Amino acid sequence: MARDDYISMRNTSKHFGSVKAVDDVTFDIGEGEFFSLLGASGCGKTTLLRMLAGFEQPTLGNIFIDGQPQAGVPPHHRPVNMVFQNYAIFPHLNVNRNIAYGMRKSGLSKAEIDRRVDEMLDLIKLPGYGARGAHQLSGGQRQRVALARALIKQPKVLLLDEPLGALDKKLREQMQLELRALQRDVGITFVFVTHDQEEAMTMSDRIAVMSLGKVLQIDSPARLYEVPQVKEVADFIGTVNLFEGAIKGREGDSTIVDAEGLGTVRSTASGAEAPEAGPITVAIRPEKFQLTFSEPETSGNMVTGTMQAAAYLGDRSHYYVTVDGREAPIAVAAQNAERQLSVLGQHHERVWLTWNDDSALLLTA
Amino acid sequence: MTDTTAPGGSLTAQKAAQDQRGEEAPQYFASKHEGYHWTAEAPMFLYAVWYLAFLYIPVLFLPLFSFNDSIYVAFPLKGFSLEWYGDMVSTQQLLEALANSIKVGGAVAVLSTILGLFAAKAMTRYVMPGKGAITAFIMLPLVVPGIILGISLLVITNMVGMELSLYTIGLAHTLVSVPFAMLVLISRLEGFDKNLEEASLDLGEGPFRTFFRVTLPLAWPGILASLLLTFTISFDEFILAFFLAGNEATLPVYIWSQLRFPSRLPMVLALGATILIFSFFIVTVAEVLRRRGVGPQSGSAI
Amino acid sequence: MAVTDSARTVTHGDVPLPSLIFRVNALFLRHEWIRGYTLLSPTLLVMVMLMCLPVFMLVTYSFWTQNYLDIDRTFTLANYEAFFQKPIYVALIMKSIRMSLFCTFATIILAYPMAYFIAFKVKSNKLVWLILITVPFWTSYLLRVFAWKVILGYNGVVNSGLISVGLIDEPLQFLLYNPTAVVLTLAHAWAAFAILPIYVSLEKIDRSYLEAATDLGDTPSERFWRVTWPLSLPGVIAAGLLVFIPTVADYVTPRLVGGTTGIMIGNIIQSQFGKANNWPLGAALSVIVMLMIAFLVVVFIVTTTRGRAKSA
Repeated sequence: MARDDYISMRNTSKHFGSVKAVDDVTFDIGEGEFFSLLGASGCGKTTLLRMLAGFEQPTLGNIFIDGQPQAGVPPHHRPVNMVFQNYAIFPHLNVNRNIAYGMRKSGLSKAEIDRRVDEMLDLIKLPGYGARGAHQLSGGQRQRVALARALIKQPKVLLLDEPLGALDKKLREQMQLELRALQRDVGITFVFVTHDQEEAMTMSDRIAVMSLGKVLQIDSPARLYEVPQVKEVADFIGTVNLFEGAIKGREGDSTIVDAEGLGTVRSTASGAEAPEAGPITVAIRPEKFQLTFSEPETSGNMVTGTMQAAAYLGDRSHYYVTVDGREAPIAVAAQNAERQLSVLGQHHERVWLTWNDDSALLLTA
Repeated sequence: MTDTTAPGGSLTAQKAAQDQRGEEAPQYFASKHEGYHWTAEAPMFLYAVWYLAFLYIPVLFLPLFSFNDSIYVAFPLKGFSLEWYGDMVSTQQLLEALANSIKVGGAVAVLSTILGLFAAKAMTRYVMPGKGAITAFIMLPLVVPGIILGISLLVITNMVGMELSLYTIGLAHTLVSVPFAMLVLISRLEGFDKNLEEASLDLGEGPFRTFFRVTLPLAWPGILASLLLTFTISFDEFILAFFLAGNEATLPVYIWSQLRFPSRLPMVLALGATILIFSFFIVTVAEVLRRRGVGPQSGSAI
Repeated sequence: MAVTDSARTVTHGDVPLPSLIFRVNALFLRHEWIRGYTLLSPTLLVMVMLMCLPVFMLVTYSFWTQNYLDIDRTFTLANYEAFFQKPIYVALIMKSIRMSLFCTFATIILAYPMAYFIAFKVKSNKLVWLILITVPFWTSYLLRVFAWKVILGYNGVVNSGLISVGLIDEPLQFLLYNPTAVVLTLAHAWAAFAILPIYVSLEKIDRSYLEAATDLGDTPSERFWRVTWPLSLPGVIAAGLLVFIPTVADYVTPRLVGGTTGIMIGNIIQSQFGKANNWPLGAALSVIVMLMIAFLVVVFIVTTTRGRAKSA
């Protein structure tokens, strides 16, 4: 049976001198999960991955893989394999020998190893490439060979350190889908490091958002977007409008908040634990607003303002609306469901914004 | 008034900049064919040729006169002769000195390359406090005058009661060869990605195996260059050997001892010419090895 | 401590008591610098044994005295007093420094355009030029110096050449055995030491700086003095040190081409270990030379870095 704590971080910290690259992190990764570590560069995600691989040892705390403590276990004795950011394909070996590199101690016969290498070449869709030299491969091919070289070892966990970063956009999107499908096929636990939120959301079962060595939130892509627990996560995943405010009171399921620029806001968004009273931050995603050029008939949340700027992006348009009582304009995104060639709204034109009660998230200020 | 001159000034500056670009553009295109712009760079090129002549021509007199059929090293040349080379190969002492130099040079090459490899690996692969100071320390023999290293080693050899021999010369040569070996190997190890070694560890090979399966095959041109260069350093080194030689001389010490006898001069020229040509050959091979690129790098081929 | 954070391992089974080897391994894995220094230790040990200890013994020796064939090991400053009492030693050190400075200066002046040429003007055959420059660097110093003795000698290449073409009747006496011959020979023999560091510092200069200077209106010569030269100073300084330090105490060159007037401090030191057979005095002279060099190097580095800080 798949266990939920296949990989366990227990109060794991890594200090480089006075810098806390990873700062007291505790979480579990389940067996067979596609798990991503997401964060800006320098947030500690790569250090965490390198600790799993054994290239770095935790300064404090412990790491367990399949129940086994990993402290003092060198990289070559760990049941994990890694796909490096630049792939680290051995330049002095051909594709076959790169893939077979880690099989020396497997106890398998030469013929069996050759057979498995061929299997791997089929898996990564590079059959017949075995005799090629490392320098004859394109970036995408190197990436596949690095994948095969690690997967042939049938590791308990596959670690991927921004493996798609060096590829161009089209190839990257294709590889994202392939990687996800491959992971479902082989059933190996993947731990994937990336700074690209779209990439993480495309592939992952769960994502850990990291910042300054801490894990801010671990959740499914949808929950990270819709129910961020803290401001940093709301801000990092997608775009969000944040309004400072204060809780006024409660009416049944709803919380009544007085927010800067929005006036009185009713929120029924569930998920995050908001405090009972006091200062609070209201978070509303741009696409949760409905923008109209005439005053709508509604008894719900509404605010009026002036159009500051508009940007036409094809599938959608972005608007920036200034409201009284707030310096920064509110970002609004609207799908361009209907074909439209005219300009979408004049500078300083008066507009109205409405939104549903469950769109306004309450986050700790 | 200033209002009118200011734009004018900037205009001329722009003009100058344009001229500059105009001048440089053909140089860029020319470079594809000849490596320097012939007309504009001629003085520099001539200087470079003159400088090379200054470096090489004095030394080339040694081979020139070594074939001269005269006991005097003087113009005009008297005719071609291989007599001095004949002398050279039939001088027993010289052959012994040659054998000694090869023995010492071989040992020094192996020892200093191993030590240099240890140091280079530590320097390039680990984050360590005090790395700069350690590097400076290992480089120190490069700048300490040879005579001071020589007499220091002579004094301590004398104090511990060790006999002067080829071993003392070898140790002294190791001291001055290690910095060179380390430099050559550092640049080689820096040339390939640290991740390659990590990938090997990650794939289950221990540090020892990783060294033999990844580091060594990728570093071998550097290692070979280091072996050749340190051998040459030891083979050609005089001052340390001069102070630390016992009864057995190395080739440079033997040459020094022959300089006193004018009659031996042509033979010394033949010997010097041979050594020079031999060293040039080894060093050129080593330099080509050393400066050749590391080859296709992972990740960068995109 | 490395492996026994057992408080939180309840759900993962008990951690077995680690063996000593495991603990040592864990220590190595945990601390990168321990691994680094372990790897470095053989080299460091050899360098300490072959350089630090001997130099330390040399210093110790300089406080002893020669008693005919024996060494008197009572501490004394007699050798240092002897140095200051005999003006010839002080004068000789000063002369060595002067000659060496002159040679360093000449070497750098000659090498800079060459390094500049290779760094900026050679586009396609850089490797060939670099190898041409480096090869003499590795080949026999003794033979390179000896070549000049052959060239400048009384019956040498220059004299016999000039006589045979009829320009002179008698060999020129002033070619060999004087300080000029020493400086010329040294400048030739140490040329490669100067070129390489200057070349490296020039090569490192980002070409866009030069384009920016030109774009901002500098003429090529202004650009050189305002951008290229200041950025190449580290290489020039390194070249200066690499040539100056070893040439101050050179022995071979003054001995072969210097004669009596071209003699340098290195020759006197050597004679204490040879004919004069006064090792402690030779040791004291060496210590003084080392201190002088160290002093000058510090002064040189401080003044050049100060100057650069000011102009920056």
